Amino acid sequence: MMQSTIPTPQTPWATSIQQRLNTAGLILLGAVLAGVAVKTTGLSGKLGFAVSFFVIASLLIFIQQLRLRDLAAAKDSLLSSFASLAIILTLIPIISIVATVVVKGYKGIHFGMFTNDMTMASVNDPVTAGGLLHALVGTIMMVGVALLISFPIGLLTALYLTEIRGNLARPIKFLVQAMSGVPSIVAGLFILSILIIPVTQELTGLMGSLALSILMIPTIARTAEEMLRLIPNELREAGVALGATQWRTVSGVVVPAARSGLVTAVILGIARIIGETAPLLLVSGGADALNFNPASGPMGSLPYYIWKAFLTGGTEEAYSRAWGGMLILLIFIVLLFSLARYLSGRKVA
Amino acid sequence: MTPTESSSNENNMEKKMQATTPSSLASVASNRQQRVPGTNLLGTGLETRGVHAWFGKKHVLSDVSLDFAAGTVTALIGPSGCGKSTYLRTLNRMHEFIPTAALAGEVLLDGQDIYAPGTDVTKIRLKVGMVFQKPNPFPSMTIGENVLSGLKLAQLKKSNTDELLESCLVRAGLWSEVKDRLGEHGGALSGGQQQRLCIARSLAVEPQVLLMDEPCSALDPGSTFRIEETISELAKSMTIVIVTHNMQQAARVSDYTAFFLSDGGPGVMVETAPTSKIFSSPTDKRTEDYVTGRFG
Amino acid sequence: MTLLENQSAAIPAPREITTKPRRSDQIFRAVVTLGGMSSLVILGLIALFLSIKGFNVLRVEQFSFITESKWEVITDAEGRFSESTFGLAAMLVGTFLSAIIAVIVGVPIAVLSALYLTFYAKGAVKKLLISLIDLLAAFPSLLFGFWGFIVLMDSAEYWAKLLNKYLGFIPIFDVPAPVFTRSPFIAGMVLAIMIIPIVTAISREIFDQTPLDRIQAAYALGASKLAMIRAVVIPYGRGGVVGGAMLGLGRAMGETVAVYTVLNVVYQINWQVLFGAGGNVASLILLKFGEAGPEEIDALMAAGLVLFLLTLVVNAISDVLINTFGKKGR
Repeated sequence: MMQSTIPTPQTPWATSIQQRLNTAGLILLGAVLAGVAVKTTGLSGKLGFAVSFFVIASLLIFIQQLRLRDLAAAKDSLLSSFASLAIILTLIPIISIVATVVVKGYKGIHFGMFTNDMTMASVNDPVTAGGLLHALVGTIMMVGVALLISFPIGLLTALYLTEIRGNLARPIKFLVQAMSGVPSIVAGLFILSILIIPVTQELTGLMGSLALSILMIPTIARTAEEMLRLIPNELREAGVALGATQWRTVSGVVVPAARSGLVTAVILGIARIIGETAPLLLVSGGADALNFNPASGPMGSLPYYIWKAFLTGGTEEAYSRAWGGMLILLIFIVLLFSLARYLSGRKVA
Repeated sequence: MTPTESSSNENNMEKKMQATTPSSLASVASNRQQRVPGTNLLGTGLETRGVHAWFGKKHVLSDVSLDFAAGTVTALIGPSGCGKSTYLRTLNRMHEFIPTAALAGEVLLDGQDIYAPGTDVTKIRLKVGMVFQKPNPFPSMTIGENVLSGLKLAQLKKSNTDELLESCLVRAGLWSEVKDRLGEHGGALSGGQQQRLCIARSLAVEPQVLLMDEPCSALDPGSTFRIEETISELAKSMTIVIVTHNMQQAARVSDYTAFFLSDGGPGVMVETAPTSKIFSSPTDKRTEDYVTGRFG
Repeated sequence: MTLLENQSAAIPAPREITTKPRRSDQIFRAVVTLGGMSSLVILGLIALFLSIKGFNVLRVEQFSFITESKWEVITDAEGRFSESTFGLAAMLVGTFLSAIIAVIVGVPIAVLSALYLTFYAKGAVKKLLISLIDLLAAFPSLLFGFWGFIVLMDSAEYWAKLLNKYLGFIPIFDVPAPVFTRSPFIAGMVLAIMIIPIVTAISREIFDQTPLDRIQAAYALGASKLAMIRAVVIPYGRGGVVGGAMLGLGRAMGETVAVYTVLNVVYQINWQVLFGAGGNVASLILLKFGEAGPEEIDALMAAGLVLFLLTLVVNAISDVLINTFGKKGR
């Protein structure tokens, strides 16, 4: 057999440098023409420029495709232009929001923040007075208690849907999804009407946890269900074939195998409720003082702290305080989110 | 068709299906009517030079040079996994849809390399059509809309679409069965009918070359027989390349056969010859082993 | 045996297989079933208690609760309750308007973004974009509300003025007075940005599941990407995408803190989206709850019930659509 050299692999269909340069050139031309349009016509401002830039650049690319190829390809380029515009429009708010929180929140952060509460300061005081310790503690306590309530219920619901699959499975699945659509203020209103007004007459951290549970249970249930479904049936069959009861198979084989998925469900549940404001405004009291007892007395929380600073203040200091709290909250959320992503990424086979 | 004609067709079908030894395969191949390319032949055929294919770092096809003369039917045979389908997909530029795909070599349609920079790939696919292993009519369209969908997708304007619709369905051997229900949905047909619908659909854009990737492997023998008849008819006006696992099918329908093989490395084309010769006196021992059933 | 005798030997009926589960399994099943029914119980209780609490008010106001837009409690000289009128109409219109604007603006952007992510983006860029958009879905609504108030309001006010200037001849874009801040339009913009990540995520999942063989058939016929999407992806994904849009609608209708700062609560039905008046039901509840006496609390409960039922219906329709057309495919 003759020894022949193997040629190098190529991808002649990929967009060539020349094509990329051509498109970039057209876009640049569009920007220039848009600038001219803004200067000479009644269009003004960033909006005027942005709109005319998009219209002119898309038109230029359309015409180019029409000349190089045909009408079908030109129309195809329009879809490409609009889809690119859409993704940019989706990204702009994300970038703006994150930038705003970081830039404005940075001014609201100071070292004493984590050791003081707001009993001795008011929202309009300079940012260095007071702190959010009570809010941090409150959020951690309320989320913790909510988790204690929601995790078992959510897990049991998921187990019913994947392991027992009884006659009620379809209605329950439907109801879980319905429950995830309950507006957060209705959750607060419910706790108000069923517990606070008739029974306790007191706004406490526990009430806040209960309201948050209504929002947390569906998230945990749905994620846990998805994770349990990922466990291959062969594992369950192996357990049963060894003579184990269903209870032992589930508790000894299935749930341990789904461990990291369940942790993901918990993290997503926490991320879901950690920023919830409306129900807490209704039922938890929003105290300024540190309170370690969820069952007695109003309890502060991060969202309430931010809300108070923003809406009852009115000065620049108050706004800075609010943004500072928001930055802390956002850091938590990003951490939780990244952790959940990392865990589910590792699980993917 | 009169009852006697249809039963004699059935007998022919049975006889053809029963041929199994290489010599009987060869005789089936040579018994087929000598194909005379029609006068309304489209194009001058397809040539490939030194085609290699990769998926990422994996070299899956090595140095395939094969010519397909206009008006001929060529069968690509060989065991599973030796690159036949991959090769087929390089012929109409469907290979590039797989994210890590790469290739080397040339594929010439009417003398022009279809991978040359600046080539309009949608135009290539209009000239080189494809029928897939699993029938895939568009379920959201009616039978009539399915046949003409190629025109709509490529935005081609044709004046007498009704005539075109009928002639495509006639050529695909489906007209008599669906002419009264063109408004029904494409998914309502049987497997064999759906595949013939897909053939009609690819005919509507008037391709020069029709690629068929194991078109009958999911169908029953009756539908297979009818599609093989269709292939013979179609070859009068275009070039056909068909990948098949079924050696008897190759013997029945093709003028030329190419044998592909992979020994764990990239697939290579071992031998190509007129079909009757490859089954009666193959040059390479590996080909002989395969067609006599020693492996595969 | 003759043929006849063979045929008369009937095919036996299938045996009934029963299992009596072990004690531990019986307990296990009972506990899990009870836990599983929790959602049924909680939803039922919510509906029940809001109805009970709101019943007094609804009995008095009846239909005018939904059709009237006055909301006031009149007390006598000692501060005791004397009479009241509760009507949600203005808030319902405001809820509806801001949610519809959110859907009209947000859904097209979301669907096109999903198309971009599925059919144009590749590799690391695609993963990064998907992560960013999913992150946006995790932001608290409070953040959207404040960002909307501090950052977006000025630009949105500017756009509103433009719309009024050029399209003011259309009644809904006209304004009785040049007050452009805190309007249903601005609330709708904030809500649109909120629902875009959710609708994008659902649409992307659906587009991802379009059967590959149909996509290949379209390309093999010489289709461009646009032609392929129109012929295969849209017919396949239409139902599921509409379901996703309805999910976004439900979310927008129930939002509280995201719109509280950008939408004025005014007790007058306002169809003119650029004008700074209106309000939505959730904002009303939040606004009034702090100082509400017992009668007003009941009215707020009734308002909560209305909101709950509305979002329940919208979400139910969305679930049906997504499950029929989306996840399971056709």
